Amino acid sequence: MFPAQPLTPVRWIFIPALQVLLATWLFIIPLRVFGLQLPEPVFAMVPTFAWALIRPSILAPFCLLLLGVAMDIIWGSPLGLWAVALLAPYGAVLAVRNMLVGQQLFIMWVGFAVACGMAELTGVLVTQVLSHGTPHVLGLICQWGVTVALYPLADRLIERFEDADVRFR
Amino acid sequence: MALRDNPFSELRLPLLLGAVAALIIALVSALALLLSDRRETLQIQAYGVTQKVGDQVVAPVSGWISTPPRLVQDGLSAIRQYFFAVSENRRLRAELEQARQWRSTAIALQDSSERYRALLGLKVNPPVAMVSGLAVTDSRGPFANSRLVNVGSEMKIEVGNPVMNENGLVGRVVGVAPGVSRVLLLTDVSSRTPVLIDRTNSRAIMVGDGGPNPRLDYLRGQDPVQENDPVLSSGDGGVMPRGIPVGRAVKGLDGRWRVVLSADAGSIDYVRILLFKDFRQLANLPRLAELSVPPPSMEVAVPEGAGLKPAAEPAVVPVSSAKPVVVPAVVRPVTPGPAASRPAKPQPGTNRPAVQTSVPVERPVAQPSSRPAAEDGDIPH
Repeated sequence: MFPAQPLTPVRWIFIPALQVLLATWLFIIPLRVFGLQLPEPVFAMVPTFAWALIRPSILAPFCLLLLGVAMDIIWGSPLGLWAVALLAPYGAVLAVRNMLVGQQLFIMWVGFAVACGMAELTGVLVTQVLSHGTPHVLGLICQWGVTVALYPLADRLIERFEDADVRFR
Repeated sequence: MALRDNPFSELRLPLLLGAVAALIIALVSALALLLSDRRETLQIQAYGVTQKVGDQVVAPVSGWISTPPRLVQDGLSAIRQYFFAVSENRRLRAELEQARQWRSTAIALQDSSERYRALLGLKVNPPVAMVSGLAVTDSRGPFANSRLVNVGSEMKIEVGNPVMNENGLVGRVVGVAPGVSRVLLLTDVSSRTPVLIDRTNSRAIMVGDGGPNPRLDYLRGQDPVQENDPVLSSGDGGVMPRGIPVGRAVKGLDGRWRVVLSADAGSIDYVRILLFKDFRQLANLPRLAELSVPPPSMEVAVPEGAGLKPAAEPAVVPVSSAKPVVVPAVVRPVTPGPAASRPAKPQPGTNRPAVQTSVPVERPVAQPSSRPAAEDGDIPH
């Protein structure tokens, strides 16, 4: 358990966004460990899920837009792909926020997995439209799997800030 | 006010509406960005300013970040090599033995190849200049497979240049900025590469899908490919030179033909960027325009069965005013497949007229000394 923190944008939006950007950057280093490449999780799904659950915010969608653009620049994907792929699950989680808040860890983890699946699916649809090709299923499952494994980070962020705004308790 | 009522409940709705409005605006902005992206083209301006600036920031920082792990990896590799020196020595000796055998074969093949070239008057690709670079980032997700290389426009790298490592083709350059180039790997979902199956000379398009083994689409002919057939770049379309090793064909679990990439045999850290230009760009166009092509009325048609002319005669049609015209190599690129490129054998028994083409043609075989029109840099494939 973490004590609840005051809800200032710097603490719950900008610092997590910077951490996500740094982690994404670190994982694109061409490094092989025992002949295997590093996985490529979508670290940005952690704040995407957590921000929607902590409270509705005007800043969060724009921060996700910038985060998505930065990820596209770092990864070399079409500009806007990850912005759309992050904003779509953010909107969906925001819509079901009242049902998810306060649930058990397992239910929340399942919700996070569904949100990650939605982001991957959005990416697939965008890629099909832009490149007329469908990404490899195994690659999608791998990325989805390693991203779902990041839920404890999202849980930590939610626990720190979910009670901070009394209007949305 | 009741005790259990939330005093802030009236503030929730405007905040929620504001958040939804912000979400919609952000989503529309993202879609607009997405629609403006045109990286699938080979145009230089398609790689936008945002990506260029971003790459210029990402590449040097990633280079610094990746230096310590690279040094550690090199150190571990050196230690491993030290401990496995004996087995490595044994393996290298065996490889050297095989290489010596191949060397004599290669010398014989080179000799016969040079003789055929001289006989056919064939011009081959000029040597392609290369630039070496270090890959500083590696994105390998399902939606993007690309690398940033620490050399850019200052080394005359251009969009479309092919990229190789020591084992084979890696991809092509899709974006260039000073000091950095982005290389789209063959496995990227938007990558399309024209290839040929070396054994049958069959053409195909190798389509990336984000997985490790791109698939072969649009295979032509009956039974064009077999397991472990070598796959080379075909050079069709003029983006890449012909004959760069790409990999070998395998049957995928989904029943489709796929390619195990040669480049994956080693790490893709140091790469070579080929400063290759399409042969049409290299053609000496002013000189080609100077050619005096005779009008169609000058065509000489020999009536069917008018006389038995030995086909072995030079296939030259005398034209009164113009000097003999050689078909430029650009117009008739050589496709050196085993069946297609073989010259027609003389058949003295047939009564086929010696020339039936509409454009008078002097074959290089007839007069090897005739100088092709596009000699200054024109390259057929």
